[in-house]
Amino acid sequence: MRLCLILRRKNLMYICHLIFKMNHKKMKGLKIIVLAKQVPDTRNVGKDAMKADGTVNRAALPAIFNPEDLNALELALRVKDNNPDASITIITMGPGRAAEIIREAMYRGADKGYVVTDRKFAGSDTLATSYALSLAIKKLAPYHLVIAGRQAIDGDTAQVGPQVAEKLGIPQITYAEEITSLKKGEISVKRRLERGVETVASSMPVVITAHSSAPECRSRHAKYTIKYKHARSLSELQDTSEDYLQLQKDRPYLLIEEWSVEDVGADVQQLGLSGSPTKVKKIENVIFTAKESKVLSATDKDIEGLMKELIENHTIG
Amino acid sequence: MHNIFVYCEIEDGQVAEVSLELLSKGRSLANRLKCKLEAVVIGSDIKGIEKQIFPFGADVVHIADDNRLYPYLTLPHAAIVRGLFEDEKPQIGLFGASSVGRDLAPRIASALKCGLTADCTSLEIGDHTENKTQKEYKDLLYQIRPAFGGNIIATIINPETRPQLATVREGVMKKEHVSSDHKGIVKNIDPSKWLKDEDFAIRIIERHIESRKVNIKNAGIIVAGGYGVGSKENFRLLYDLAAVLGGEVAGSRAAVDGGFIEHERQVGQTGVTVRPKLYIACGISGQIQHRAGMDQSAIIISVNNDPHAPINQIADYTIIGDITEIIPKMIKFYQKNTK
Ligand SMILES: Cc1cc2nc3c(=O)[nH]c(=O)nc-3n(C[C@H](O)[C@H](O)[C@H](O)COP(=O)(O)OP(=O)(O)OC[C@H]3O[C@@H](n4cnc5c(N)ncnc54)[C@H](O)[C@@H]3O)c2cc1C
Ligand SMILES: Cc1cc2nc3c(=O)[nH]c(=O)nc-3n(C[C@H](O)[C@H](O)[C@H](O)COP(=O)(O)OP(=O)(O)OC[C@H]3O[C@@H](n4cnc5c(N)ncnc54)[C@H](O)[C@@H]3O)c2cc1C
Repeated sequence: MRLCLILRRKNLMYICHLIFKMNHKKMKGLKIIVLAKQVPDTRNVGKDAMKADGTVNRAALPAIFNPEDLNALELALRVKDNNPDASITIITMGPGRAAEIIREAMYRGADKGYVVTDRKFAGSDTLATSYALSLAIKKLAPYHLVIAGRQAIDGDTAQVGPQVAEKLGIPQITYAEEITSLKKGEISVKRRLERGVETVASSMPVVITAHSSAPECRSRHAKYTIKYKHARSLSELQDTSEDYLQLQKDRPYLLIEEWSVEDVGADVQQLGLSGSPTKVKKIENVIFTAKESKVLSATDKDIEGLMKELIENHTIG
Repeated sequence: MHNIFVYCEIEDGQVAEVSLELLSKGRSLANRLKCKLEAVVIGSDIKGIEKQIFPFGADVVHIADDNRLYPYLTLPHAAIVRGLFEDEKPQIGLFGASSVGRDLAPRIASALKCGLTADCTSLEIGDHTENKTQKEYKDLLYQIRPAFGGNIIATIINPETRPQLATVREGVMKKEHVSSDHKGIVKNIDPSKWLKDEDFAIRIIERHIESRKVNIKNAGIIVAGGYGVGSKENFRLLYDLAAVLGGEVAGSRAAVDGGFIEHERQVGQTGVTVRPKLYIACGISGQIQHRAGMDQSAIIISVNNDPHAPINQIADYTIIGDITEIIPKMIKFYQKNTK
């Protein structure tokens, strides 16, 4: 009985595997671009990250790989699992240190990465950010898939993915949970909506944004961690020794390229503050102040007193 | 010209709650700015849809009715809204911060090269003087939103570009019926004016949307439980208390993740925003993501065995102790004093 079950399970797995294969016909030279942002970890703003006045001390927050961009990377890696000659290129826009997340992506299976970095990008809102990112993507054409996270946990807008798609003039599939099939020129994606799911099919190229319910990103792979341990961007190499520079020369795949405004051919007017229609007029830190609170115990007297008070002032009853 | 436009979402022939809430907000902004409120509805088989919209104060309803336009697809809806906005030049455009609105609005903002503010919790009208140039701007839309994981609140403006676009989540604005006999004008849109074949590059293969079963958003009294409730069985106590008080049960994300309660009842940043007259938080620590969804409640009671739980700081009453002891007592003394 048990054996039979195992056999049946095996068969079933085999059939599933076949169906998967059928739906994921190999595509030659598939080029995937993943957009990833380095963000301060805003999720657990603990006591140590609070200043004495109750506001957030941003400098105390660790810089991390935006969580949903890791979901985006995993979607890309799964495509590559089935199409070993596919390539995954990471693009990140930010300060030079953002090369850290490119290395992190390489350790997990990405092939290459670019840091779009220039003082002139500073202060960009989502419109200017997506303009800059779309130019960087165009430089890598032809490409088949652009995968972003749904939302970054600092700006929290979820606008960059759709805006990049518009700037590239291609369709978008937001809130992706799974790529269910990928055949010649067509991709099907399961989307997570507020109150349900939807599967859609699209031509390629297309921009996909990954939802947090997509599979978690795999951990670092020992082989890639060794291979890319010394991957560096030019600004990271500035103060290193001759030997180290030689190592970089011998292994060109270790170079994380940096692109400036000129490199991507951007119009400065459309970048930074001048290219951003939204302006921040005012910022208030959410201050953790205590409201006047009545503290009660679990005694009958306290609880009966509370219930009476709530009934008398018509909150309940 | 220069009116306020609200994009109305449709699901099964009904205008979404969030869109009705935005119409209400749009109405009050239009009164303030002395302009008109216009609605945009795009769908299929939606004859008569204006009847759901006029009572909320719209002066004009633009309707695009075509069998290719439902269920929602990004590109065709974006092409129509964009075309309409280019023709009508609204000063403000509002969208739900929903699966649909957050997919659509950025696409339109990018095409029109105008500013879009995500997930606003408040919209006001105000003036602005640019520091550098001393240039003055009158009657801008102040778009107030949390960012940085809810740790800061930013006021965002778009001084130069129009329309000023914003998304707002369901439950944030109040739905207000203006009058059942408020009447406006219907303008039918010919979608073929703006649609191209390429706009149908994406097709829907399968779709499962659950109808809304529970509605904690409109509850006047909410009994919410967190991870500290401990089990699905203990949650029965909360249902009992809610039943005697005439309220609904809700939960924190940790309670949802723990399988104590379904996701539809989750309050917070990634759940529903509620503002009942009474919110009883049982075994909830009160992390910022939870508070974002309930701190507008009129009265908050925290039941927690930790006197230092962050939720206590925003509570009007804190009862220190174990929920399994306290909740039955609340039921008992409520019943005793209302008989
Ligand atoms: C308090 C505050 C409020 C703001 N509010 C607004 C606002 O309402 N409207 C507005 O237009 N701008 C706003 N901004 C500016 C906005 O945060 C920045 O433009 C930011 O660079 C991109 O927006 P995001 O973080 O919201 O990204 P999202 O749109 O949430 O990011 C979605 C995905 O796009 C990709 N992506 C985003 N940024 C990058 C990047 N730099 N490099 C690579 N990939 C990237 C990632 O895959 C990411 O997961 C605000 C900024 C602050 C500080
Ligand atoms: C991006 C993001 C989005 C999020 N969105 C949401 C959201 O929408 N909603 C949400 O709720 N959370 C959200 N969270 C999670 C949030 O950060 C917290 O983890 C969560 O709210 C904690 O739930 P809790 O208070 O129930 O659990 P805990 O933090 O574990 O607190 C349990 C509390 O119960 C008390 N307690 C324990 N036993 C008892 C007892 N017997 N009697 C009385 N009290 C007891 C404890 O003292 C403690 O205060 C989000 C997090 C992230 C990162």
